[in-house]
Amino acid sequence: MCFKDEGNFVEALDIARWQFGIVTVYHFLMVPLTIGLGTLVALLQTRWHKSGNEAYLRMTKFWGKVFLINFIMGVATGIVQEFQFGMAWSEYSRFVGDVFGAPLAMEALLAFFVESTFLGLWIFGWKKLPAKIHLACIWIAVCGSIVSAYFILVANSWMQHPVGVEMLDGRPVMVDAWAVFTNNTALVAFFHTITGAMAVAGGFLLGISWYQLWRRRKDGIDTVDATGRVIVGESATIPGRDKLDHSVWIKSLRIGAVVAMIAFAGSAISGDLSGKLMFEQQPMKMAAAEAACHDGTSFSILSLGDVGAKDCSDVVAVMEVPGLLSFLAHNDFDTNIKGVNTLVPEYQEKYGTHYPDEAKYGDLANTEINYVPIMPVTYWGFRMMIGFGGIAALAAAVALWVTRKGTVPQATWLMRLAIFGILAPFGANAAGWIFTEMGRQPFVVAPNPAMSGVDQVFMFTASAVSRGVSMGEMVFSLVALGTVYAVLLVVEVKLLTKYIRGGVVSAMPELDQTKKKHDDEHGPGAEGGDDVLAFAY
Amino acid sequence: MDFLPTLWFILIAVLWTGYLFLEGFDLGVGMLMKTFARDEKERRLLLNTVGPVWDGNEVWLLTAGGATFAAFPFWYASLFSALYIPLVFVLLALIFRAVAFEYRGKIHSDRWRTTWDWAIALGSFVAAFGVGAMLALTTTGLPLNENGDRVGGPFAWFTGYAVVGGLALVGFALVHAAAFIALKTDGEVRHRARRLVGRYLPFALLPMAVWAIAVAVENGKWFSWVLIAVAVVAAVASWVANRAGREGRSFLGLGGFLLAGVAAIFSAVFPVVLPSTLNPLWNLTVENASSSSYTLTLMSIVAAVGVPLVLAYQAWTYWIFRKRISVAHLPEPHDFAPAVGPAAGTAAVGGKN
Repeated sequence: MCFKDEGNFVEALDIARWQFGIVTVYHFLMVPLTIGLGTLVALLQTRWHKSGNEAYLRMTKFWGKVFLINFIMGVATGIVQEFQFGMAWSEYSRFVGDVFGAPLAMEALLAFFVESTFLGLWIFGWKKLPAKIHLACIWIAVCGSIVSAYFILVANSWMQHPVGVEMLDGRPVMVDAWAVFTNNTALVAFFHTITGAMAVAGGFLLGISWYQLWRRRKDGIDTVDATGRVIVGESATIPGRDKLDHSVWIKSLRIGAVVAMIAFAGSAISGDLSGKLMFEQQPMKMAAAEAACHDGTSFSILSLGDVGAKDCSDVVAVMEVPGLLSFLAHNDFDTNIKGVNTLVPEYQEKYGTHYPDEAKYGDLANTEINYVPIMPVTYWGFRMMIGFGGIAALAAAVALWVTRKGTVPQATWLMRLAIFGILAPFGANAAGWIFTEMGRQPFVVAPNPAMSGVDQVFMFTASAVSRGVSMGEMVFSLVALGTVYAVLLVVEVKLLTKYIRGGVVSAMPELDQTKKKHDDEHGPGAEGGDDVLAFAY
Repeated sequence: MDFLPTLWFILIAVLWTGYLFLEGFDLGVGMLMKTFARDEKERRLLLNTVGPVWDGNEVWLLTAGGATFAAFPFWYASLFSALYIPLVFVLLALIFRAVAFEYRGKIHSDRWRTTWDWAIALGSFVAAFGVGAMLALTTTGLPLNENGDRVGGPFAWFTGYAVVGGLALVGFALVHAAAFIALKTDGEVRHRARRLVGRYLPFALLPMAVWAIAVAVENGKWFSWVLIAVAVVAAVASWVANRAGREGRSFLGLGGFLLAGVAAIFSAVFPVVLPSTLNPLWNLTVENASSSSYTLTLMSIVAAVGVPLVLAYQAWTYWIFRKRISVAHLPEPHDFAPAVGPAAGTAAVGGKN
């Protein structure tokens, strides 16, 4: 045991927390794109089957290829997610295992198997499987990824809002599976996550299609007439740039923009529902989101000063919308929302002023509990989530308007903005997760003070870490995983860039008219005709 | 003995067996990328024997881990935290391997492919060794204190058993992969793979036999010896089938060896799931490590629906891709240039309407 060296223990906790944060946010760069883009690829392939329009086949192939480059990174980093509870958070695993392990196991058994098996069938099944079954495979795989989101959110939401359990020998044991799996927090979070994922995919389609249309104009393939309407051309020297190619990108752009806008509306609605639950279930998180020291009804647009100061003395609300906070929390304009200064004594009364004098709290045993999350993180995290999401939706609306005549302007800075804009929904997703996880501190399983029954089910993050794992091991894994993740991110972006710059040809080499003339045999169910595999690694 | 924890002990053994059976050969194929395949065409051929299925195979690992968390949280917590460093390596290996499968063919350059080939080969080796060591240690014990936490430092797990277990899975994976390649390919590679099985089978299976015998001796149950005998018979049958050119039977014989071997090992240690080498009182058992019977009941229902379903559609996948492949079946690797016009300064070539 390394309790002798208690100074190290706290640091191991800090490193374990950084590690969890880094690997989880990283994993969640890939996940929303997997869910969102997978759904769109399935829709595009369906559209191709129904219409027979080759533009949709090309869209399926191109976006499918890009989807797979990203998908594998989500798979690879997902294994870390499942292992690290036991590795770095064994006390947490022991405490919550009875209720938290079940959704994790179900996620693997009912979702990951489906997702990976049917995606394998889809990748290698082109021309091998009957067209309809091949289409079914992508749908089943996408359903698998959506179901996996549900299960993991059930697990996470139980940490935000522990329901369906009773305390037995100091551990929560499941007594009501229905309550756990229909946890209102989970259902809302699921809706919020899926809409967030669709926003990511929408922005992705929009940005990349914009680049392609811009490229076609820059290369002199597409031009515009006096009214600004596009005149679609084709190039015999640039691979894949035929007339249908224009159709691929303008369709993709519009689908992306519409999806991004609808997704933002959906995430606003689900976010609002989520806020109301948070107000009930985790009032401190709500107050921290607002850097609200004192009780009030106003939503802060901008607060200056040291929003992290413990006594709140330095926070100056510069700009506020009266009544809006009450509306967000309670659907009216005059409900008083408790501020940090009111909540801290309430928490202290219920959960103590000091960490218990037990070994599992390590160096923190007997020290004062700080019930206030790190407010600059929660305050700005909350605003970045909403801000990035809103900017992306607004940009999508503008993009639809600007491209109404069939192509994009020639301006390079607009193209750069569109590419850069791809990052906004990713940023919104990451900020949302950082906010909701950091806002739960100092608890790993947050007590819900307003509710009887679940208010005594909680666990402090300080007591959740693996006590047998040394500081050195934690540092090693953080450095090793961090380095590998950084390298792989560079590799993924490099590959994505290559495939995006290659256009549809990167996914359909047969379209390269500069290499050889190819007879167009791409109807649904077309057969390869010889023994060569349609796809191989 | 409580029924539900026992059932779940069996189920987790089944999940591990499923993992070792399926990912066993794709880990082995990964290792053979650098040792067996002679040129780029053969490496691609090997890769594509498992291409459609490796990812589905790997989920057995996630499911075994998740099921352990759900059914035996104390086992999961102690085992995974005690083996922190080796599991970090297993994770890194699995990450590199997964990404390599997908990215290897995505850029047309020898350096790129060679790099990822190493990622596949080493990743497969490290993952196989690490998982094998982990399973050996959960059956032979770790220095755990009363709370189930490892004592003795980050490398306290490194014992002879860890090495034997690691080699057991590496050896099994290699020979199982060779049998799989013999079954899945055609041409020269097929015959070479078959010869490989015939030559190395006894040596490759030896570490697993040592592990099983050690556990049997330690726990002294008569049926362990019966199961070990079954495993040996299966191994001999596999070897004989290989000599007779019956690739399917040879592959299945190895599967039988694995099944009987894992059954021998897990049944010998039952009801202990993770012994403490410091004090038998601190052993984790199916009783003191398990979840509540409510949770186990729920999970039993889910498993009763889920596991047969998974087996059915994974079997279907293997049926779809049942055809042997040879180097002639592989499409030409393609490369592409960016779809951009001539650089600025030269005339734009634009087709107008």
